[in-house]
Amino acid sequence: MIIGIAAQEFKSHFKTPMAWVLLAVLQIILGYIFLTQVETFDLMQVKLASIEGAPGLTDIIVTPLFSNAAIILLLVTPLLTMRVICEERRNKTLTLLLAAPISNMQIIIGKYLGTLTLLWLIVMLIALMPLSLLMGGELDIGKYLANVLALILLVAAFTATGIFLSTIASHPTIAAMGTFGILLILWLFNISKTISDQPNELVEYLSLLNHYQNIQTGLINSADILYFFLFVATFIVLSISCLNKQRLQK
Amino acid sequence: MSALIEVEHLSRYFGKICAVNDISFKLSKGEVLGFLGVNGAGKTTTMQMLSGCLAPSQGIIKINDYNILKDPLLAKQSLGYLPDTPPLYKDLTVKEYLHYCAQIHAIPKQRINAALDTVFSRCGLTSVTNRLISHLSKGFQQRIGIAQAIVHNPDLIILDEPTIGLDPIQIIEIRALIKELGKNHGVILSTHILNEVQETCTHVQIIHQGKLIVKESIDTINKSINESSVIFKTTRPIDKQILLTIPGVQNLEVLSNNEFKINFNHSHDLTQQIAEIIIKQDWGLIEISPVKKNLETLFIASTEEPA
Repeated sequence: MIIGIAAQEFKSHFKTPMAWVLLAVLQIILGYIFLTQVETFDLMQVKLASIEGAPGLTDIIVTPLFSNAAIILLLVTPLLTMRVICEERRNKTLTLLLAAPISNMQIIIGKYLGTLTLLWLIVMLIALMPLSLLMGGELDIGKYLANVLALILLVAAFTATGIFLSTIASHPTIAAMGTFGILLILWLFNISKTISDQPNELVEYLSLLNHYQNIQTGLINSADILYFFLFVATFIVLSISCLNKQRLQK
Repeated sequence: MSALIEVEHLSRYFGKICAVNDISFKLSKGEVLGFLGVNGAGKTTTMQMLSGCLAPSQGIIKINDYNILKDPLLAKQSLGYLPDTPPLYKDLTVKEYLHYCAQIHAIPKQRINAALDTVFSRCGLTSVTNRLISHLSKGFQQRIGIAQAIVHNPDLIILDEPTIGLDPIQIIEIRALIKELGKNHGVILSTHILNEVQETCTHVQIIHQGKLIVKESIDTINKSINESSVIFKTTRPIDKQILLTIPGVQNLEVLSNNEFKINFNHSHDLTQQIAEIIIKQDWGLIEISPVKKNLETLFIASTEEPA
C-alpha cells in the first residue's frame, strides 16, 4: 500500500515540468562546480606534490562538491515538497486517500518515500560525477561513500521537514517558505561556533551542517546517523498527527 | 439483515455553529437513501463524516458493524465515496487514475484489470480510457468520480450530488446505474433535484438546519402526499356541513364558485366516501380528483417550518 502511494507520488513529480527542470538545472550547476574543482586541483597539483600529507583528489574535489550540493538541495527541496499534501488538499484530491482504507501513517510515509526517491535520484546523479575521475586518478572510495551517505541522510531530513510543512500549510508557497526558513535556521546554528568562544552545545547539536560535515570527513559516528534518524522520525510523526488533527477541526 | 450503516446521535460543530444536530438513521443492503436539504443544511458535512474524512463532534457511525473512529480501516473497506468535488488527479489518464484507486482500495493485483473493465462499461468510460482526465468534459469527470467510488465494489456507496454537471441523457444513465447499484449495495446520495429522489430512492431524508426532519420510505411519502386532499367540481351549490362531518376531514376550501378542496387526515383515504356523498346529495358532480402533491410540496412545507 505504502509502495503504491510512493510510486504514484514519484510519478506525479514527473507529470509536471518541475522535476525535469530541477534535474536539468541541478545537473548543470553541479556539473559546473565539479569542473571548477577539477580545474582547481589541476592548478594546485604541482604545489601539492611538494607538501607531505597534502589533501588528495577526494578532499579537493569530492568534499567541496558535496558541500555545495547540500546548499543547493537546501534551496531545491522545499520546491519539491511544497505540493505534496498541500496541493492535494487544495484540489480536494486528498479525500480520495482519506476515504480509502489506508491510515494516515501510510499516506504520509508513502508520500515521503515517493518524494525522497526523487531526491535520492538527484543524489545519485551527483554521486556519478566524481566516479568519472577514476578514469585518470584514484579516489578515496571510503571518503567518497561517506560523502554520498551524508547527502542521502541530509536530503532525507530536508524532505521530512518539507512534508511536515506541506501538511500544515494552506498554500504551497507558504509550505516552501516555511521549509526553507526552518532548514536555513538549522543550517545556520553552526555559525554560533565561529562567533563565540564557548559555543552553546545544544544549538551546536541541533545544527544540520555540523552533523553533515562530521560524516563528510569520513568519520561515520553513530551519533550523527542517529541524529538524522531522529530528525526524520520527528517530522514524520508530526505530519501524521497533524493530518489526524485535520479531521477533528476545520 | 443487519444494518450496513448505523448512525447514532451524530452531531458536528464548527466553532459555535452547529452544522449537524443529533442525526440518527440506519441503512440496509438494497436500499437507496436520498438526502435532501437546502444549501447549507448539513448534507455535505454529514457525508464527510460518514466517509471518515471529518470526525464527528458527537455520535457513533458504524459501517458493517465497524466503528469508523475505532476501526477506520476495516470500516472504510466497505465504503465508496464521491465527494462534492470529484477527487481527480487531472494529469493522469482515466485508466492510470482508476488503477491507482483500485490499488489504494486494496484490490489484489490480478483482479484489478477485471475490476477496471467492469467499471469502465458501467460508467460509460470505455471510449476515453487513455485520455488525460484534464482534457475531458465535466460530465465525464463526474462519471470518473462515480467510477472511483464503485471500482472496489463496496457494500456502501456514498454519492454527494452525483448527477451535477451531467447532460439529460447522462443523468438518466446515472440514475439507472444508481438504481442498479441499489439492488446489491446500500447507496446514500444527496441531491437538490427532487425528481431524482422520487425516481431512484427507496428512502428519503430531509435535513434542515442540521436536523433530520423527515425520515420516510418513498412509498409512505408517495402515499401521504398523494392522498391528503381532494378537489371536486359540482354544478349545484353544496352543503358544506355534511362534508365537514365526515370523520377525518380537516377543512373545506372554496376555490372558485363551484370548485372545492377538502383536506383530510393522512391516515385515511376519503376520496371514495366524499364522492359517494356528493352523488347521494345530487349536487351534480362533474369532476373529482385526489391532489397529486409531489415531493417538492413536502420539501418546501417541511423546510419552511422546521418541526
